[in-house]
Amino acid sequence: MDQYYLNLLFVGATFALYIGIAFWARAGTTSDFYAANRGVHPVTNGMATAADWMSAASFLSMAGLIAFTGYDNSAYLMGWTGGYVLLALLLAPYLRKFGKFTVPEFIGDRFYSKTARLIGVLCLIVASVTYVIGQMTGVGVAFSRFLEVSNTAGLLIGAAVVFFYAVLGGMKGVTYTQVAQYIVLILAYTIPAIFISLQLTGNVLPPLGLFSTYEASGQPLLATLNQILGELGFASYTGQQGSTLNLFLFTLTLMIGTAGLPHVIIRFFTVPKVSDARYSAGWALVFIALLYLTAPAVGAMARLNIINTVFPNGVEGQALEYEARPEWMKNWETTGLLAFTDKNGDGRMQLYNEKNQAFAEQAAERGWQGSELDINNDILVLANPEIAGLPGWVIALVAAGGLAAALSTAAGLLLAISGAVSHDLIKGAINPNISEKSELLAARIAMAVAIAVATYLGLNPPGFAAQTVALAFGIAAASIFPVLMMGIFSTRINNRGAVVGMLVGLLSTVIYIFLYKGWFFLPDTNSFADTPASWFLGISPAAFGAIGALLNFASAYAVSLATREPPAHIQELVESIRVPRGAGAATGH
Amino acid sequence: MASPQTGAGSEDLSAHAYWKANIRLVTGCLIVWAFVSFGCAILFRPLLSGIPVGGTDLGFWFAQQGSILVFIVLIFFYAWRMTKLDKKYNVSED
Repeated sequence: MDQYYLNLLFVGATFALYIGIAFWARAGTTSDFYAANRGVHPVTNGMATAADWMSAASFLSMAGLIAFTGYDNSAYLMGWTGGYVLLALLLAPYLRKFGKFTVPEFIGDRFYSKTARLIGVLCLIVASVTYVIGQMTGVGVAFSRFLEVSNTAGLLIGAAVVFFYAVLGGMKGVTYTQVAQYIVLILAYTIPAIFISLQLTGNVLPPLGLFSTYEASGQPLLATLNQILGELGFASYTGQQGSTLNLFLFTLTLMIGTAGLPHVIIRFFTVPKVSDARYSAGWALVFIALLYLTAPAVGAMARLNIINTVFPNGVEGQALEYEARPEWMKNWETTGLLAFTDKNGDGRMQLYNEKNQAFAEQAAERGWQGSELDINNDILVLANPEIAGLPGWVIALVAAGGLAAALSTAAGLLLAISGAVSHDLIKGAINPNISEKSELLAARIAMAVAIAVATYLGLNPPGFAAQTVALAFGIAAASIFPVLMMGIFSTRINNRGAVVGMLVGLLSTVIYIFLYKGWFFLPDTNSFADTPASWFLGISPAAFGAIGALLNFASAYAVSLATREPPAHIQELVESIRVPRGAGAATGH
Repeated sequence: MASPQTGAGSEDLSAHAYWKANIRLVTGCLIVWAFVSFGCAILFRPLLSGIPVGGTDLGFWFAQQGSILVFIVLIFFYAWRMTKLDKKYNVSED
């Protein structure tokens, strides 16, 4: 069967499955809509959390970022898993005990302040919308490839699908659909990786294959990769390129951002008990780790495969002729995400590091006038099975998996956004007497607006999917995580401290990001060049969240100590959150 | 709020003592968490460069695999210990 129709078949069949499940489990009440009526088993919840968590950024983009950078992007691997430790130890059980629907609701009650709740809504919306932009970028890449249309058309089609999908379901539909999506996406990710690992190293497990012998050279795979990259002027794969400070802060930002992202936190509101919230975080990480342990192998092996494709006779030999290029390159050229420019007019595709001055002489000697192949990082995972020459059904499965990843996360985020707008903003502040029906309608309108904004900004994204998403983590790290943690672990932080802390964390981080990435992410409005040389102390915009969090903690403490301590009933509330007993009773709304 | 305390000399089983035990456990787990990720994978990587692992060094392994495995163990260890603490201090939901 033609690959195009095979893709359509796989994507169509999985979509039918998700829609079927969403319909079967559709939300009837607000409790169903926001928290699936708190009836979800920890393992099921862990699997759904994993699908919710692993977005287009994890599935499509992360392995590409690791492939083209190597060691430095390990920050994504450690950051996006290490955050679950913080979540399980510092937040999830207590927020479950507290037993409300949304994160701003906790902030508003704990800090006995409507202002704090509204600023919580603001932080949540800024972080989540930024995150959705990253998802839209990924959705655009996936749809453009399998429908064989331009990236822009892919993005618009994707936005329409996300809209119908998320608006229909609510949390109950989403939870069970996400279990199905997890299964699709993890199979789609690991099956090609197993094939490729077998081809290159003979090891059936990709994480072990990464550290095994590359059969073609008889040397360890990573050693071979380092050597080949060196011969093309690229930096060592396993070596560190950026500053240690930036790597440290970036990893920390992603970790605390993970624990501060509202769409992940609300997952832990759906389990029956406090102890389930702890285990649920563990199960989520097990399911996430299946992909995260595979990703570095996918990255390294794909990098090796691409170079082997472009230099079929080894890097010392001639590059591949453009006319003889494989089918996958032709397919990706249609999307505009892979491009060839014959700079030296020899009809061959040279690929090397043209920015390396030390290598320029060697390149000139070989008659090269610039690297001629431009490959978008985000296509790597989708193109991977084609690059390795795997059968058509594997390629179709990966297309379905990529869309599952993007859709499940987009749905989770939109749910968090709509919950904040309808429940915290409208019901909590503007019109407390709103009917359940009107509240659900407001929730759905909020989703539609968020999709429209994210789609518009997704047309000119501030980076590759995973990089845009990393910015969202910075914002969550600086604004939401500190206030939640202080709310639980300190009885002294008061309403004023929380408000000032959130504002300081949010504004410092957002302004730092906008200075380098463009104001409100609009292209060409950045105040400084986005390069390591112009970053303050060499800290990248994506790594600034940890600094923002520090400023948040510090200012909240300072202001709280200078003002009156919280009233007795709030201190009692904090004491009661700390013990699991009585969680069932607290769920009443 | 406070659970009834038993007579002097025996162990303090109040909610306050439960919280202190929890904080001790959390602190211990977070030290391990930071040691494998920020320590072995980033800051101490140069010190571990002499230990080869499959074509690279131990720090690289920790950065791309080891720390993730430790994180999983940590969460289950914490959840298991906390379930025991919940029972011991009589604050569990069951």
